[in-house]
Amino acid sequence: MSSHVRASMPIQPQPVETAKVQVRNLDFYYGQTRALKDVSFNLYKGEVTAFIGPSGCGKSTLLRVLNRMYDLYPGQRAEGEVMLDGENILSPDLDLNLLRSRVGMVFQKPTPFPMTIYDNIAFGIRLYEKLPKSEMDARVEQALSRAALWNEVKDKLNASGLSLSGGQQQRLCIARTVAISPEVILFDEPASALDPISTAKIEELIDELSGDYTIAIVTHNMGQAARVSQYTAFMYLGEMVEFDETTKVFTSPRDKRTQDYVTGRFG
Amino acid sequence: MIAASYSRRKTRNGIWTVLAYAATALGLSMLAVILGTLLWNGVGGLSLDVFTKNTAPPGVVGGLLNSIVGSLIMTGIGLAIGAPIGILAGTYLAEYGANSKLASAVRFINDILLSAPSIIVGLFVYQLLVVPIGHFSALAGAVSLAILGAPIMVRTTEDMLNLVPNTLREAASALGMPRSLVIRHVAYRAVMSGLITGVLLAIARMTGETAPLIFTSLGNSLFTADPRGPMSALPLIIYEFARSPYAEQQKLAWTGALILTFAVLALSILARVFSASVRQK
Repeated sequence: MSSHVRASMPIQPQPVETAKVQVRNLDFYYGQTRALKDVSFNLYKGEVTAFIGPSGCGKSTLLRVLNRMYDLYPGQRAEGEVMLDGENILSPDLDLNLLRSRVGMVFQKPTPFPMTIYDNIAFGIRLYEKLPKSEMDARVEQALSRAALWNEVKDKLNASGLSLSGGQQQRLCIARTVAISPEVILFDEPASALDPISTAKIEELIDELSGDYTIAIVTHNMGQAARVSQYTAFMYLGEMVEFDETTKVFTSPRDKRTQDYVTGRFG
Repeated sequence: MIAASYSRRKTRNGIWTVLAYAATALGLSMLAVILGTLLWNGVGGLSLDVFTKNTAPPGVVGGLLNSIVGSLIMTGIGLAIGAPIGILAGTYLAEYGANSKLASAVRFINDILLSAPSIIVGLFVYQLLVVPIGHFSALAGAVSLAILGAPIMVRTTEDMLNLVPNTLREAASALGMPRSLVIRHVAYRAVMSGLITGVLLAIARMTGETAPLIFTSLGNSLFTADPRGPMSALPLIIYEFARSPYAEQQKLAWTGALILTFAVLALSILARVFSASVRQK
């Protein structure tokens, strides 16, 4: 019956990629230093966008604009437009905590909270929802499963989050981020402190999460960018030199600097 | 030539090492002599009476009950007043004030308070509370102890919170956690044992102070738990009995000193254990 219904539905035309985040003419300043220069690009819904470029090119800075993490520090400011679903998140009267519940972030160094594995996940959920114990248990399990960590920790949920290995800690941080159901997830070199096996697991995870989440990832590892992303942005000295589909950036870049970088001639 | 300068260096090295060891030995032996004298003179007086009877006039068998209870009450009230102020002010310095002018000023004043002579604090509270109220009280004593204890907690709380890595604060903020929750649930928790260490050190300091109590709680030969009136305390009774011409009171002073010293020593060791556990993480 259901198959009949499905078969009778008209074939949908391939939808045009929708932009979840639109960045327009973004400038960023650390005090007097201009770290981002007139940057514009889109993050497409359900896709992974990688940001590559040599150290100090502004890619991490760019990521920290997308959830206004820079707001924690005085003297840092952004100018331009960053639209999340059509709303400018740089607006001064935006509720920062609400923004960060929609735009999650995973950091370079695993940062489990000094509490149990269970509480590491439940803590974020409790900020937004009051759930009975059984529902909370289910949500914690769901988040840990989503981060491919459930099987490794299900028997020690009351152990400290700090007792896990580096790779497990990073997946715990991903689970913690996923648990509050953000729409966008920012990864800031999520695997650069991890061994190759843990790195592979994180990459698999990012691949699985794409589709449900719009993902931006900063990476120093060009192989990683090529493996996990659909779009790639190449940044150099605070400018966005090139933004295109990942295959194009890596096989036929338009800009000489991009070509030099992806072929390993500098950086 | 090379051999000569080498042997001179060796000699200098030897002298330096011996001096360092000698200074350490001197310091440690002082401590050992103090503890030994206390034990020698104080242990003999330890009996059930010390803990069950109040201080008594010469010729009557007495104890230190009212003084021990007085010390506990005044330190307790002092802590209840000083700990919130100390911890919150330390939190302000580390989390909110950072390098602002106000924070620098608070930090400077706190450093002065840390080394302020305790007799001055006693005189200050005498003027502030005892004179207007018209009589001595344990409450005034507790306030002067709080003024002595709070700066210690301000300093340790700030130092400990500065050990919390910014990445941890960012990670908590990235979940949309408001600033106050990040501090209370993540930063405090990360350095909890260090914060407790600061509180224990403050208790140790407060328990041992005599001078600020002379002008405030005065002392009391009767048992009382009412903080509105004068109250005895261990340091006060040691001060009083040590000057007494009667042998049994002098003996009680030694015993009181022994109890006080070991209570403070126990708190310091406890503080050490806690701070060791924060460094392991």
